[in-house]
Amino acid sequence: MQIIQPHYHAIARTAQDYERMAMSGVVAVAEPAFWAGFDRLYPETFIDYFRQISEFEPTRAAQYGIRHFCWVAVNPKEAENPVLTREVLKHFPEFFAKPTVLGVGETGLHKSTKNEIESLEAHVDLAMKHGQLVLIHTPHLADKAHGTKKVLEVLAGMKVDPERIWIDHVEEQTIRPVLEAGYWAGFTLYPITKCSPKRAVDMLEKYGTERILVNSSADWGPSDPFLLQECVIEYRRRGHSLQDAIEVFHNNPCRFLGQNPKFDIKPIRIESAEVAHA
Amino acid sequence: MLTPPQIIENYFLESRHQILEIAAMMDRYDVAVQRCGGNGAAGGPASGQKIELLRKALAIAADPKPAGDRTVALLELFATG
Repeated sequence: MQIIQPHYHAIARTAQDYERMAMSGVVAVAEPAFWAGFDRLYPETFIDYFRQISEFEPTRAAQYGIRHFCWVAVNPKEAENPVLTREVLKHFPEFFAKPTVLGVGETGLHKSTKNEIESLEAHVDLAMKHGQLVLIHTPHLADKAHGTKKVLEVLAGMKVDPERIWIDHVEEQTIRPVLEAGYWAGFTLYPITKCSPKRAVDMLEKYGTERILVNSSADWGPSDPFLLQECVIEYRRRGHSLQDAIEVFHNNPCRFLGQNPKFDIKPIRIESAEVAHA
Repeated sequence: MLTPPQIIENYFLESRHQILEIAAMMDRYDVAVQRCGGNGAAGGPASGQKIELLRKALAIAADPKPAGDRTVALLELFATG
């Protein structure tokens, strides 16, 4: 089965990930800009990072037949340095022009501070002015419900197109308001700290598959890109058809990411397999 | 040997994850019962007994002052199921 991994921090992973992802059906990954594990001090550090994910990383993925796309952002954890944020934002348009950059992300909130909110607004505003897609990170664990509510409040006060905004890391307590407001919702599968494959399938069964993106992130911390494949198996073993699985794990990423014409992978329909597995 | 705060620090997130998985399974079961018109025994009487066993097990695990080891009590409970 063909799978798209819409949230994947490739630079933190080895080529073995790419090889195994290719062997398990992954045809494309999208890499949002991420926190490096420490707060960066210089705009140039971000510029080189954006060059890495927009120029070098596609070549590494291509060795395994995987298409690589990316996003640019100053991570919410680094928003406490507004001068740095503003300086980095000035460089976004030059990256929007690159052939694999899909938009602005992951911006969002971490502790929902004033500086973080201003940074989120600046990121979203810039994305909207340049017709870019937006990927929004919502906080972890105890901060999630409050932070997600705050993200929705910020967006409600701005002129945005909800269909072009993906709010990521939703869980059972935050999915409903995100979908009801018209945004795309992302389930991020982590070994213990975010959503699990089984809980993700529970939410797919409860809320349906429309405007849902399932991803397993994978970064330099405890994480596992193959939780996405585990989720596919869980979905299938509960009796959902192969085509339904393709809709969630391949076609939905095509639908959202494909709003940017640079993402040219199209939804697929497997007529003969559907008959065989119905 | 770890101190009490170290045990909480080391195992809190993992335990949170495990409890969420159990809660999600219980929710999944309730939804399935509803789908079967409220008939929890639609899958056979054994499934009803097993869910009751799990509910008893959760109560044992959550007991703040058990008479003995919770793990032993749980293994003995599951041996009856």
